[in-house]
Amino acid sequence: MQTVFFKNKPRIIATGTIAGPKECAGVVGKYVDKTLTDDRFGESTYEKAECKMLTYAISRAIENANEKEENVDLLISGDLLNQIISASFAARDFDFPFLGVYSACSTLSESFALAAMLINAGYYQKIVAATGSHFSSAERQYRYPLELGNTRPPQSQWTVTGAGGALIAKEGSRVAITSATLGKVVDFGITDVNNMGAAMAPAAADTILNHLRDTGRSADYYDLIITGDLGALGSRIVKDLVWEKGVDIQKNHVDCGEIIYNVVEDEFQGGSGAGCSAVVFNSYIYDKLRKKEINRVLLAATGALLSTVSSGQGESIPCISHAVSIENV
Amino acid sequence: MFEQYIEIFLGFLKAFAVGGLICMIAQIVINFTDLTAGKILVMFMLLGVAFQGLGLYQYLVDFAGAGATVPISGFGYLLANGAIKGAEMGWFGAFTGALSAASAGISAAVIFSYIMALIFKSRTKKN
Amino acid sequence: MTGKNRQNYNKNYIAYVNSFDPPTQHFKNCFRAFLVGGLICCIGQFIRYMLEGVAGLSGDELAGATSIVLIFLGTLLTGLGVYDRIGRNAGAGSIVPITGFANSVASPAIEFKTEGMVYGMAAKMFIVAGPIIVFGVLAGTAVGLIYLLL
Repeated sequence: MQTVFFKNKPRIIATGTIAGPKECAGVVGKYVDKTLTDDRFGESTYEKAECKMLTYAISRAIENANEKEENVDLLISGDLLNQIISASFAARDFDFPFLGVYSACSTLSESFALAAMLINAGYYQKIVAATGSHFSSAERQYRYPLELGNTRPPQSQWTVTGAGGALIAKEGSRVAITSATLGKVVDFGITDVNNMGAAMAPAAADTILNHLRDTGRSADYYDLIITGDLGALGSRIVKDLVWEKGVDIQKNHVDCGEIIYNVVEDEFQGGSGAGCSAVVFNSYIYDKLRKKEINRVLLAATGALLSTVSSGQGESIPCISHAVSIENV
Repeated sequence: MFEQYIEIFLGFLKAFAVGGLICMIAQIVINFTDLTAGKILVMFMLLGVAFQGLGLYQYLVDFAGAGATVPISGFGYLLANGAIKGAEMGWFGAFTGALSAASAGISAAVIFSYIMALIFKSRTKKN
Repeated sequence: MTGKNRQNYNKNYIAYVNSFDPPTQHFKNCFRAFLVGGLICCIGQFIRYMLEGVAGLSGDELAGATSIVLIFLGTLLTGLGVYDRIGRNAGAGSIVPITGFANSVASPAIEFKTEGMVYGMAAKMFIVAGPIIVFGVLAGTAVGLIYLLL
């Protein structure tokens, strides 16, 4: 049994999001709280900008809930940079405890799962779960300098510049986290760091299948099954992989990475990064949940647990996916 | 006078053809092997060293001018050429020849990069 | 899944994933590389003629001066944020010429100066281009020593 059920149904009472110019040209543009015109956000480095975006998302989520900072009990956050500096540095600005988590691009669903567990158990009353990423800081850390003239392979994805946070509390809205499935680390032997979608798809498929098995639900139960940043290729693979096991998610599967950008040229697979699911879920999807346009959502963000050192040493890419079911109750 | 222009035109044509061809071979290697930019550069530089070590690259340089010296294999040619010339002077020359021949390129790269780093900031790309 | 079973599955999966690879556009890629590489070499040739005719240089001096000018142009275009745009489309056409070498030195220098001038800009200047110099010196010196012994 990988799934835990939350009897007390912790609620997501408000969200805060911020995204860069490229992201806001797409579907989330209308729903985010703040659109950046300058992706440096007035800071001198991209890392500082990422930290500032995360800070913004956290305080905006608290503000949107009409809460005060002193009423918040805990911040659960993480990001993609080494030693999760953005999250830790953002936490420096707030006067409540901080729990740093790292699960690459599935940090959002991991934070949601942890927050829901802590609130369901009654240890805390109000928890902010937030994460973010920045294209330029990720590019610097994982790939090459920005100005290097290399070609992007067709399988590559574009790290989302953006951050999103949610305030999770005992009560205060109809949107509740009802269960969480923590994922296993799955590695199907993909070594190509440009093909994250293919590396992560098996992890997503594994978690989705385990969730459906544990809960006894069929895939149709959900209005949407959302994966984080598999991209166009990864989405095809995950659909195929669950189809092999006799489950059909063709109709209700949506990938945040696939929908976040207006893909003008078919040169890349879509968005990636921790900010991808954070921005899409906390703005677009949350809005639809609030308005009851959709009622049952399974959020299974995926993360590739690699580092530049591991890929330099020729290791394959282990991946993970955590799922939380979010429903209107 | 007229012949001179033809010669200049031919110079451009040869540089274009040979330089373009070298880049195209590199592109074919990239297409079939997924090698990254750094490895391609090393590979072509080593090819330049090897061909000049055998005394062959000089013909290409004489034929195509910049078409052979501008690609990174020309850098390899420069290194090998310097080492060979140095070797004629003795063991010390053989040891220092390669880098002294390439010193113009390396110094220029370091100095100009330093200046550019002082002036410019990196920027995010649109796509 | 462990051991042999897992390895088999891996192979099947990787083959399955590879079947999704979009076909490489060999002709388009090669044509662009040829065009851009050729053009950069033509610019080099133009600089050569100019330096030969105007400054009266010749031999090694001419070759060296040509490289210096091209490297300057490469770093300048990198600083202006133009070179990576060319590189995105031209592939090897902009990597292989000496301007590509200049780009691979200048881009980390510009990128990492935020981590300080010494350990950032200076220390990381050669993270991409370093191997060229290492292997170049090794191979060049090897050629020199071979000639010495012959």
